[in-house]
Amino acid sequence: MIWNYKELFITGLWVTLALTAIGYIGGVILGLFLGLGKLSKKKWVYYPCKYYVDFFRGTPLLVQILLIHLALIPSIFGHSLGFFVSGSLALILNCAAYNAEIIRAGIQSIEKGQMEAARSLGMPKREAMKHIILPQAFRRMIPPLGNELIALLKDSSLVNVIAATDLLYAGKVVAGAYARFWEPYITVAILYLLLTWIFTKIIAYVENRYSNSYVPPQRRRVFSFGRTSVGR
Amino acid sequence: MIKVEGLYKSFGSLEVLKGIDCEIQEKEVVCVIGPSGSGKSTFLRCINLLEDITNGSVFIDGVQVNAKETDINEIRKEVGMVFQQFNLFPHMRVLENITIAPIKIRKMDQIEANDLALQLLEKVGLRDKADAYPEQLSGGQMQRVAIARALAMRPKIMLFDEPTSALDPEMVKEVLDVMKQLAEEGMTMVVVTHEMGFAREVGDRVFFMDGGIIVEEGTPEEVYGQPKSARTQDFLSKVL
Repeated sequence: MIWNYKELFITGLWVTLALTAIGYIGGVILGLFLGLGKLSKKKWVYYPCKYYVDFFRGTPLLVQILLIHLALIPSIFGHSLGFFVSGSLALILNCAAYNAEIIRAGIQSIEKGQMEAARSLGMPKREAMKHIILPQAFRRMIPPLGNELIALLKDSSLVNVIAATDLLYAGKVVAGAYARFWEPYITVAILYLLLTWIFTKIIAYVENRYSNSYVPPQRRRVFSFGRTSVGR
Repeated sequence: MIKVEGLYKSFGSLEVLKGIDCEIQEKEVVCVIGPSGSGKSTFLRCINLLEDITNGSVFIDGVQVNAKETDINEIRKEVGMVFQQFNLFPHMRVLENITIAPIKIRKMDQIEANDLALQLLEKVGLRDKADAYPEQLSGGQMQRVAIARALAMRPKIMLFDEPTSALDPEMVKEVLDVMKQLAEEGMTMVVVTHEMGFAREVGDRVFFMDGGIIVEEGTPEEVYGQPKSARTQDFLSKVL
């Protein structure tokens, strides 16, 4: 029964993965700017970012999806641009709000002395942020950003309400066709579980990769024995 | 080389510096001593504008540090700073800690910067630690790396903010020795310190600060030998 609909499940997997990937990448980039904005001393930068985050964290994603798909996009373009555009946009905007908080907290967790040391060497604030603060903060952000990725993957199923052909949709179709619920929804659940399991592995790898103790085999070159040129 | 005129600094309603005037010459080593909360560190941090100045002015080489048109980053390139808590960059190896500023700010190329860093590490006696991460070093070693990092910008002035206060006693000497060597080479230095022995031996002049002003200044012999003010006498009687 499930096997007959395997195409649908495969499409669903891809749609879910694509929505998650776009939502997450967009969410991290936008979230970085929002997070930096929330650290700004300039009021006209801080307040818009703050209100943005408050709005998107304070309202249900389901409501945001409907607002964007049925109200925002039609009133800009005159018609719908399909579930994928609306869905991606909603996920980006929502994910960005959560990531902004993670990024803000990560940056704030770096000791004040780091910025002072960088500035005392003559680094402009931007450079100090880029070379000194963000690389350190990023390491601390990896676990919560990883959680956010997994949450987003699961939340992407909400896009189903605007007729997305995602993983959940495949389950619903099968359930509708056979009037059976255990098999299709368990299949959907297992597929989500499989995806989150893979993501967890990737996150663990990234976390390990960016820890100080990680030394890639080819970089085991030592600076100390009179050598002055250093490969990097 | 450094000229401070009527320097006031407040944090909110708390007035920390209440009018500091002084001049520090090239190649001079000035040690700033005084009780905690006397404004020593704040004074030092106002020189490179890590604290913004409430009132008054600081000039370095004739350039007003706190003037609107001054690019503070240009000033800071010439003024190295060493912190009580070292503030090494933990995500970088020792060598990278030292080379990052010359490469990014002075646009030095990688090989030249590495050479410079290794020379400086040699100078502070840590050439074999180039490859280590800061967390693998002892406090004294970290502080010596921090000195090398500041020196990598080839500064004209070095500011030391209680550089040995966070160190275990047996590591104090290795850091002071490096600073002494630097003083002998003619570096202009302003050192906030509780190390009376160092101030006495290495300092050309000593400032005694209390309550946000310089209460007394003079050569170490003058300040330690015949302190004029009662406050200085009282402080010295407690610490010496």
